[in-house]
Amino acid sequence: MIDLETFRAETREWLEANCPPEMREPVRDERDVCWGGRDWTFKNDAQKAWFDACVAKGYTVPEWPKDYGGAGLSPEEGKILRQEMGRIKARPPLSSFGIWMLGPALLQFGTEEQKLHYLNDIAQGKIRWCQGYSEPGSGSDLVSLQTYGEDKGDHWVVNGQKVWTSYADKADWIFCLVRTDKTNKYQGISFLLFDMASEGVSTKPILLISGNSPFCETFFDNVKVPKDQIVGELNRGWDVAKYLLGHEREMISGGGLGDGSLSLGSKMVTGLGKDAMGRMDEPMLRAQAAEFDVDAIAFKAMSERFVDEMKAKKNHPATPNMMKYAGTELNKRRHELVMAAGGSEALEWESEESGGGAKARTWLRTKANSIEGGTSEVMLNVISKRILELPDS
Amino acid sequence: MPLFLNDDQSMLQDTARDFMAGEAPVAHLREFRDKNCKDGFSHDLWKQFGEMGFTGILVGEEDGGLGLGHVEAGIVLEEIGRNLTPSPFLTTSVAGVEALKAAGEDMRQRWFPGILSGETVLGLAIDEGAKHRPENIAMKAERSGNGFKLNGKKDFVVQGASADMLIVAARTGGSAGETEGLTLFAVEREAAGVSADAVRLVDSAMAAHVAFDNVEVTADAVIGEVDQGWDVLTRMLRAGRTGAASEMVGVGTGAMDMTVNYLKERKQFGTLIGAFQALQHRAAHLYSEMEIARSVVLKAQQLLDEGNDGAELMVSVAKAKAGRAANLAVREGVQMHGGIGMTDEYDIGLYMKRDRALAEFMGDANFHANLVAEMNGY
Repeated sequence: MIDLETFRAETREWLEANCPPEMREPVRDERDVCWGGRDWTFKNDAQKAWFDACVAKGYTVPEWPKDYGGAGLSPEEGKILRQEMGRIKARPPLSSFGIWMLGPALLQFGTEEQKLHYLNDIAQGKIRWCQGYSEPGSGSDLVSLQTYGEDKGDHWVVNGQKVWTSYADKADWIFCLVRTDKTNKYQGISFLLFDMASEGVSTKPILLISGNSPFCETFFDNVKVPKDQIVGELNRGWDVAKYLLGHEREMISGGGLGDGSLSLGSKMVTGLGKDAMGRMDEPMLRAQAAEFDVDAIAFKAMSERFVDEMKAKKNHPATPNMMKYAGTELNKRRHELVMAAGGSEALEWESEESGGGAKARTWLRTKANSIEGGTSEVMLNVISKRILELPDS
Repeated sequence: MPLFLNDDQSMLQDTARDFMAGEAPVAHLREFRDKNCKDGFSHDLWKQFGEMGFTGILVGEEDGGLGLGHVEAGIVLEEIGRNLTPSPFLTTSVAGVEALKAAGEDMRQRWFPGILSGETVLGLAIDEGAKHRPENIAMKAERSGNGFKLNGKKDFVVQGASADMLIVAARTGGSAGETEGLTLFAVEREAAGVSADAVRLVDSAMAAHVAFDNVEVTADAVIGEVDQGWDVLTRMLRAGRTGAASEMVGVGTGAMDMTVNYLKERKQFGTLIGAFQALQHRAAHLYSEMEIARSVVLKAQQLLDEGNDGAELMVSVAKAKAGRAANLAVREGVQMHGGIGMTDEYDIGLYMKRDRALAEFMGDANFHANLVAEMNGY
């Protein structure tokens, strides 16, 4: 391993040469986020150039092994790369549920063949994945799920319905929890992967209070899934599901970090103005912003510690639940303050000046943060049982 | 640098944990309170701090210390907090030592050996009035002959009456509200004109109102530069604030652990009260707040040790966050203990009292949240 300061210098140089200036601007709309996949069209040349450069270098998944499309960086090198990308405010080259959720599960539970195939496709942004977990009758009580896969020898036939499937209408493949044994609640679920273009799969977007439709209902009508498309053992999919949920919760907790800038108050003041003392012209909002900044900066430190401890295998396995709880509650508070600072301007829903109602829509979208991937109440249950070891009721 | 303790630091944590729990648990605090000790701490224990090497953590190796950093000082302080150990460690070995590092060779030689051996106690004479407002310091130090003449009053000088030396912040120029014109002095407690009125605080610690009546000091008593005391004061306050934040993490964690254990023992309605979701969720929320506080305190200490420019902001965030989190821990602690939590016999109330005193020390959470706003330009 080269020494870390050399690595930092080389990384800085590489980023300077490969990250176009447009890719260092804040994300303004959905198309600024590169999701990849079969049908992806790049918004502009800069997005494509940045994506291509990172894929070639393994920097879409810097800490994955080189054989699987990563750059094989050590945790220390990974931290330096994140710091240097943060320093120049580089956008992520590729955003993907494959990177954040399925990838870690495959690294842990996949066969070598599955890793080589699926992980490389994820790293190169070839396949866009979605997650088939929740069902109409199985929200917080996820393990009660009913979607059934009937054993037909060399394949399963899957029937049922999923809900809250993020971007199911745009995804190429799905990782899906399917009941394969109706007699065993926890040990009767399998973790299956299949193509969303398979016969019998259909999706229907759900219109949310934000006016957008990031989630779908997803229907399976006699969908054929070959037997080699299972991750982990038959009927032991819940183990994979729980492991993946840890990564999902970690991902959602990232919302607590905001856009990476350290102070919300310093942004609020640009709209609100200052008094003669140079203080935000709304004393009660100023106090709330200051309390928020204290909590947000502290959460950022928690997040750094969480990642460092996870890489060193030092933290309690249930810690992602705490991160998810704290991060999502923080993000909801952030957007309440953004709305309060924006006043009547932030109410605008369609105008060009408001970016098509960006503030209001984002504010409403964040309300889902403490519901999706396990509600805050479920997170608190898990913390109290698994970390504090409080008794069952 | 990863944001967790390295192996050496973890070893120090084990040592400090065993030492405080063994030599100075909560019973030790009770003993000194109940015998109405005039100092509020044990001089024998302070010497043991010296034997353990704790007193030299922040003293440079060239001065006979260990030359370690704020992370290490914080490790000891967290254990002090967890056990409510009364000692001059925070004022003397953390904040005081940090100020003396800016002093000349002679002054360091004069004070460091006694601090290292656990014999010398320092008092910090900063605050004037009930709230911490260091830029508003009005106490005067006028030039007189080759030295200065000090006049004024200081409050909340923890262990001030028992101290051998007071670090005094006074004005040699400028006026209240300005950072220019402040100077730090090392004033012997026994110097003519210094009178200390010791009062017992809610947490059984002793603090003094100290009056300075034409106290003459020589130019050698100046720590750092005349009129430029704000720089040294800032360094001292950063060390003290981060240290207090660590101690609050210890106090909060101690109170939380005690409370969570109680939830697993106490039965009502025929069941352990820890099985009630109304309490589980509050306990889990508290755990989350304490972990976040612990993280940002360590972050502030690492930045201080690196000499990073971001340290000042992080120190204020740490003091504010640890203040809020520990306060939640002691309030939930008393409430979840129910009636027994209100009794003097039970320890949880002692945690609430120590937390209250630490919250005020060198600026409360409101003071530091306000600084965070100022540092971020709003």
